[in-house]
Amino acid sequence: MTFGEGGLTALLICLAFVSIVIAAKAYTPGYAFHAYLFAAASAASAFAIANRFFERSPEPIPLEVDGKPNYNMGPVKLATVLAVFWGIVGMAVGLWLALELAYPALNFDLAYISFGRLRPLHTSAVIFAFGGNVLLATSFYVVQRTSRARLAGDLAPWFVVLGYNFFILIAGTGYLLGITQSKEYAEPEWYSDLWLTVVWVVYLLVFLGTLMRRKEPHIYVANWFYLAFILTIAVLHIGNNAAVPVSVLSPKSYVVWAGVQDAMVQWWYGHNAVGFFLTAGFLGLMYYFIPKRADRPIYSYRLSIIHFWSLIFLYIWAGPHHLHYTALPDWTQTLGMTFSIMLWMPSWGGMINGLMTLSGAWDKLRTDPVLRMMVLAVAFYGMATFEGPVMSIKEVNSLSHYTDWTIGHVHSGALGWVAFISFGAIYCLVPWLWNRPLYSLRLVSWHFWISTIGIVVYVTSMWVAGILQGLMWRSYTNLGFLEYSFIETVEAMHPFYVIRAIGGALFLSGTLIMAFNLWRTIYPPREVLAATPRLAPAE
Amino acid sequence: MANSLWQKHWILERNSILLLIGILIVIAFGGLVEVVPLFYLRSTIETAEGMRPYTPLELAGRNIYVSEGCYLCHSQMIRALRDEVERYGHYSLAAESEYDHPFQWGSKRNGPDLARVGGKYSDDWHRDHLNNPRAVVPSSIMPGYPWLFTTDLDYSHIAEDMKVQALLGVPYTDDMISHALADVRTQATNDAPDAEALTKRYPKAQARNFGGDPTRITEADALIAYLQMLGTLVDFKLYDDKANIR
Repeated sequence: MTFGEGGLTALLICLAFVSIVIAAKAYTPGYAFHAYLFAAASAASAFAIANRFFERSPEPIPLEVDGKPNYNMGPVKLATVLAVFWGIVGMAVGLWLALELAYPALNFDLAYISFGRLRPLHTSAVIFAFGGNVLLATSFYVVQRTSRARLAGDLAPWFVVLGYNFFILIAGTGYLLGITQSKEYAEPEWYSDLWLTVVWVVYLLVFLGTLMRRKEPHIYVANWFYLAFILTIAVLHIGNNAAVPVSVLSPKSYVVWAGVQDAMVQWWYGHNAVGFFLTAGFLGLMYYFIPKRADRPIYSYRLSIIHFWSLIFLYIWAGPHHLHYTALPDWTQTLGMTFSIMLWMPSWGGMINGLMTLSGAWDKLRTDPVLRMMVLAVAFYGMATFEGPVMSIKEVNSLSHYTDWTIGHVHSGALGWVAFISFGAIYCLVPWLWNRPLYSLRLVSWHFWISTIGIVVYVTSMWVAGILQGLMWRSYTNLGFLEYSFIETVEAMHPFYVIRAIGGALFLSGTLIMAFNLWRTIYPPREVLAATPRLAPAE
Repeated sequence: MANSLWQKHWILERNSILLLIGILIVIAFGGLVEVVPLFYLRSTIETAEGMRPYTPLELAGRNIYVSEGCYLCHSQMIRALRDEVERYGHYSLAAESEYDHPFQWGSKRNGPDLARVGGKYSDDWHRDHLNNPRAVVPSSIMPGYPWLFTTDLDYSHIAEDMKVQALLGVPYTDDMISHALADVRTQATNDAPDAEALTKRYPKAQARNFGGDPTRITEADALIAYLQMLGTLVDFKLYDDKANIR
């Protein structure tokens, strides 16, 4: 038994025992439930490691076979499948929430599905579960391929993927039970945060360890972005979640920051969850999968250097634009706004670098719906990163803040950019990983069009809703009184909420088509299997 | 010549640890410049006449507000804009959330701002509204929260919560912490004999049965007690808005 296997098994057994003790003494039933989940998961993992030890051959797994790197694609496959699963869950919950806003009776007076508890489940499931698994899968794939080295660690990559998804499970069930610290996009309580910290440090070590093993002299540009994403998320996560638990027996904690300082720390975190999780990480994807799929080199190496460093430098300042006209000092707001506007440039630098990679290969958009999806994603990235700086301008923000315009903006980025570039990467990855041709390109085309229409319907309805509500709030009669009561502005939202739900339903349908297509790719029907010769193993 | 400058970047591209250090340095600036001054500038550490920590019952109510995710649809931050001040009241001060771990400013208004909702509606109204919002506001899109009225408030550990808050700088005294459990009961009772001692510890604290059922203390008691105190602590007739400008 290796040191890693023995040590991890011992740690997991300890964790299982501690969890059982905590479960027995927990202050709340929800927390006891989580402690039992910890106990069950760690016991099952310890058992799995022991089982694997007796089954595996005594020699360590070779780093190379016949002079070629012996890539470790197991964790990549698992994360890819989980990404699709969580994507469907997160988008379905999103659709349900959209319907709750249009028809509040759908809350059914039930605690577990009331809007306030479900919304963090939607945001966490799509950002951290779907997006996070896409990032895990692609970063582990890309770092191996571009380094020509096997993933560092034996159990570590599995620990990262399984541990991360366990975090999602704890966080998600926690929201439904009312366990939340209420910091947007950082809702999980202290014990989930601690667990994620451990997983994340191992993630960083696996990634760095693989880079250090590389056979290529240079670190490929996609890996710069992945590294910046992993590192910065670690810093943000620790800074924003610094909290003191009431007791180890209580799920409740109090964050160390208060009031205006807490607001600033929260949006320093919150905006950079967008900047580093949903942007830098997915730019890493873009820098590998678009050139690969288009079979063209990156448009400009120098542009990628400039845009990388300026992007990560400028993004971190943008947080205060979430706090315009609040009790945050004016200078901080102005600073946040100024940097948000400057951020437009590196964002478009990235967009140009991605789009221009297609030079000489634009004709492929006619025949390859997967590439078309990724190119549209980059176009949406350009649109969302233009809209963002506009909304960060104080005068615009005074209208848009607190309204659905923000929701529309977020979704043009999340659906148009993040989800579409992810879908493109998944459509590339699954055939490469399982070594089978994609079941149907026609279905990819259907997915592309249905989801694109869904995004347009979603985003335009939210633009209209947000601007309308913002204008109604500030509208005065000619006698100088506020023209509308608050509830009248809520009534005006109804048709747009219905239209938005239709857009969301279309987008979800596209994702379901993708899931079917991928399932058919991995488990082809017999007639397809017979008709297609098995491909030679990928290099 | 330009070529040689670009080749300098190779140093970072060939060494993962240097690249890592470079990234850490570059991302450090923004956060440091924007966050650190907030801990010593007068406008962000000002305090205002009337501010006090939450009573144990209000704190328990606030925790319910947090755990039900109320902040996802209701802001508690009135911006310094004409229509907001006319609709909701005086713009929010930094001092008014000085004891808020975590802050509840929110980011979206599916419902109205609640920073100054305290005293705007009767307890009766809040009970009907929480039970079924459409009973009092026919076109409301808010979910109903009937379970708050049937779930007993678990306040057995509230003194521990206050100790942690005291550790983080909220001025809870030993007196407040040792009376925590009794104070919960006092504040949730009509004509409680200890009400005066409670208001001595927590000025302006309102003590009465909030949840509608005098025989028990429910989550509704705590939440309504919290809602009814929001924005009521600072008296803006006495507030000097020039005092902390520099």
